[in-house]
Amino acid sequence: MSAPWVRLLPRLLAPVGALLIAAAISSIALLISNQDPATAFSSMIEYGTRPESLVSILNRSIDLYIGGVAVAIGFRMNLFNIGVDGQYRLASLAAASLGAAPFLQWLPGVLRILVIVLIAMVVGAFWAGVAALLKVTRGVSEVISTIMLNFIGGQLVAYLLTTNHLGVQAKGSNDVATPLLPKDSWISGIPLIPDARSEVNGFIVVAVGVGVAYWFVLGRTRFGFDLRASGQNATSAVASGVNARRMVLYAMLLSGAVAGLVGMSQLLGERHAHTTSVGGLGFTAIGIALLGRNSPVGIALAALLWAFLDRSALILDLNEIPKEIVTIMQGTTVLAVVVAYELAERISRRGQQRRAGATVSEPDPRQPSEVPA
Amino acid sequence: MSTVLASAPAAPVAPPPRDRRFSLPILLLVIAGGLVALAAVRAITGANDLTSHGAVRAALQSAVPIGLAGLGGLWAERAGVVNIGLEGQMIFGTWFGAWAGFHWGPWAGVLAAVAGGALGGLLHALATVTFGVDHIISGVAITILAGGATRYLSQLAFQGLPGGGVTQSPPVPELPRLSVPGASVLDRVERAHWFLASDLAGILRGALTDVSTLTIVAALLVPLTFWVLWRTAFGLRLRSVGENPHAAESLGVNVYRYKYYGVVISGALAGLGGAFLSMVASSIYRESQTGGRGYIGLAAMIFGNWRPGGLASGALLFGYTDALQLRGGSQSVHALLLFLAFVLAAVGLWQVLRGRRTVGAVAIGAAVLVGLWYATTDAIPAEFVQAAPHITTLVVLALASQRLRMPAADGQRYRRGG
Repeated sequence: MSAPWVRLLPRLLAPVGALLIAAAISSIALLISNQDPATAFSSMIEYGTRPESLVSILNRSIDLYIGGVAVAIGFRMNLFNIGVDGQYRLASLAAASLGAAPFLQWLPGVLRILVIVLIAMVVGAFWAGVAALLKVTRGVSEVISTIMLNFIGGQLVAYLLTTNHLGVQAKGSNDVATPLLPKDSWISGIPLIPDARSEVNGFIVVAVGVGVAYWFVLGRTRFGFDLRASGQNATSAVASGVNARRMVLYAMLLSGAVAGLVGMSQLLGERHAHTTSVGGLGFTAIGIALLGRNSPVGIALAALLWAFLDRSALILDLNEIPKEIVTIMQGTTVLAVVVAYELAERISRRGQQRRAGATVSEPDPRQPSEVPA
Repeated sequence: MSTVLASAPAAPVAPPPRDRRFSLPILLLVIAGGLVALAAVRAITGANDLTSHGAVRAALQSAVPIGLAGLGGLWAERAGVVNIGLEGQMIFGTWFGAWAGFHWGPWAGVLAAVAGGALGGLLHALATVTFGVDHIISGVAITILAGGATRYLSQLAFQGLPGGGVTQSPPVPELPRLSVPGASVLDRVERAHWFLASDLAGILRGALTDVSTLTIVAALLVPLTFWVLWRTAFGLRLRSVGENPHAAESLGVNVYRYKYYGVVISGALAGLGGAFLSMVASSIYRESQTGGRGYIGLAAMIFGNWRPGGLASGALLFGYTDALQLRGGSQSVHALLLFLAFVLAAVGLWQVLRGRRTVGAVAIGAAVLVGLWYATTDAIPAEFVQAAPHITTLVVLALASQRLRMPAADGQRYRRGG
């Protein structure tokens, strides 16, 4: 029968409907400011699909995707890791300084890359672990603690990234950054897009790997099952023998470790140093995890959409349309998607109940009167 | 419906738990002790800025937006809705305040900021109450949206105006400032640097002279909130919705409507806090001016155990450290280390006297460490000072989370009849 379709339809309609709503709201905003939405959108699509744009979109979506997965790991267990920002900034700083440190120079390039990535994951997990420990031992909500740790981490990075500590000042520049990584631990690009002059950041392989690992660990292992079970119904998970505290700790550490990878594509493949411009993706990552509904493929689509909007906005300024319209699009898309899924779930639940009610009551409604005998 | 709950306050709810909270004399004693300790620290270290009128004035100015955001959080959470979108509603407040303030004068700006914040609150209420979206998710989405929307609006409204642009507004006219007549007499006492007397004079002078009208409004909103939430039938119903919505519903309270009230008022208060930032603290709107104060406000509310008085003291504490750091007072913040050591030692002794040896020992050990830190350094890096409110929040939460009690149904989705 068409039952699976009936169940799937609202779920498919939700993201499409949400996108349409977001487009409609942005169109209204454009119309208010006397701009033609059609030209705006068509120029965005035209510019956003040029080869150079595709490279830049892919490169940007690497970080967005990894961040989204980090947030999603927490979401799957009803944990809000709002601290991705602080986690990856600290991780990037530590990885960049240790990677460039003299006492690690004997390592061959490939191994050093591994060490750098490992350091980033450990530091990210450590910073998330502070919030996890506070939650497990003292019952502090991770929402507040990760937000506070963002600020503290930001100040810590600002303190350490000065010329007195870990930073160096490039000649003829005011910017302070960590020393450049040695050349043999740079990741080379991949010429993925034909006709493009630039190459796609090699770290995209890791991003894909993170996605596959996320899918496998959460969907195909005992650990993933325990994690999702604790997220969906903590009481019943505990009743069936899951150690809830340990799951909180593991989930948060895992989320932090993945968050630590966020800055790596920039560090290894592009800037080769930690600069003051690293940071600010944490909130976006939350939006992307929400858009992608925590599914590995969904998050990828969300990251690509976000990166597309970011990139294609650049053309708007040339047409004298304020490019900030894109941030409105992103914000409304997130809100609309969240609401749309909630509604879709409600509708499909009602449909299920109706079907269940129909199968229970239809066969012979008079049966209850015959039961007493 | 209005009669249903009107008689309830006399019922078992009435006697508030007194056992754990400070009684008034003890509270006054603690405040007086703190003042004496602060005065002593000032006298010992010579960091006169600790209790100068300028520092107190700056502390008030830093505390008001945090406190208003905290009050906003209180209204929403008492109605059972976590409002992490306070930051976004505050952003709306900064923008609308500056926009309307520039065009139609400061008081129009205040009204517009309140309306802008309330609009953000309405959006949050729509998502969480009507559509049943998770509170944190909706709040985060609203904060993202607010950042984008204000940037777009700035492009439309401020671009091309003198001093305006995508990221900032033209200068906004100021709200009137008031002084208690005769308070300037305190000036001479303050400058004498007498122990305690000069400190009191500095504090009074800071609090009584050159105070923005919006500061006064904010200060009045604290007792007003207490009165409305704890002394009126409206407040009882609103709180009942946050404690046990099913029971409230069964008594005839329209749960959805009261949640809407709570969240919209919450947004309005956050918007007012935003107006303070763009119109009083600085006379211009700047992008990311809120700098996470919405979150600190939320932290102050938790610090204050979901009570108006507690959150006000939390806001003042955060405001004070913020002010010292803003005034470039690495010397005075360094002096605060000594104060912290005093306080920790006092708390430790108190705990030991009450028979809690381990807690007391930890506190005294911490006091010694902080004292050593004070003795071996000359200044605290500015970055650490900036992180002080956040670290304080974490420490307070870690130490006191067992004693804090949030509204029982806080953050939970509520479906009518579900």
